[in-house]
Amino acid sequence: MTAAETRSVIVEREFKASPDKLWRALTQPHLIEEWLMKNDFQPKVGHGFNLRGDWGGVLDCEVLAVEPNRTLVYSWNFAHDDPAFNLTSVVTFTLTPTADGVHLRMEQAGFRPDQPQAYGGAMHGWRQFLDNLDQLLAREAE
Amino acid sequence: MTPDTDTLFRTLADPTRRALFERLCRDGELTVAALTAQAGVSQPAVSKHLGVLRQAGLVRDRPDGRQTHYSAQLDALTPLTDWTGRMNGFWENRFDKLENLLTRMDQ
Repeated sequence: MTAAETRSVIVEREFKASPDKLWRALTQPHLIEEWLMKNDFQPKVGHGFNLRGDWGGVLDCEVLAVEPNRTLVYSWNFAHDDPAFNLTSVVTFTLTPTADGVHLRMEQAGFRPDQPQAYGGAMHGWRQFLDNLDQLLAREAE
Repeated sequence: MTPDTDTLFRTLADPTRRALFERLCRDGELTVAALTAQAGVSQPAVSKHLGVLRQAGLVRDRPDGRQTHYSAQLDALTPLTDWTGRMNGFWENRFDKLENLLTRMDQ
């Protein structure tokens, strides 16, 4: 067992909206803020931006691919004081038109294959993030 | 957060204790003496940390004559390493918000 295993999270849903409308929700900063986090996103490959959570956590991101109404890819990184414990992941949104709407597939692939730390170390890097996430989800469940 | 996770976080929050655990993850089964040689703290301190790790289920001890050998129990980390499950919940929640936003947006 090693931390080098790469694991993915995949969430899919069909929305009753046009691909164009969903694309705007995924790429316009004031709309992204409404469903994800505060941000300075721009739909330009190479653009670096931050996602800022209500809990104070800041994610470092970079746009990796933009194909309007079809595909959006950006890195999703959480910096830790110790570089060995940094979290590095990539989020890929794929839009597919359906009969009466649009299907959205989100895949988040984490842990670079070259990440060197042991299982316990990998967990440590997540501590703050998961704590914050738990707090966030608890607040939002109210 | 489950009590189990709290215990694991507390147990691994101590840098010395975490270093001992990581060394056992890396090097396999070791004696207290071998662990002390590189821990930078006294043998009684190492033994105390190992006791805390054992109580949290993170290490197992195997007495062998006058020596005790310790090994890491990686399965104990399962509650912490299930980040895929956590992120799945995060994104499901965000998709709910996105769905709500789409109903409010102009065409």
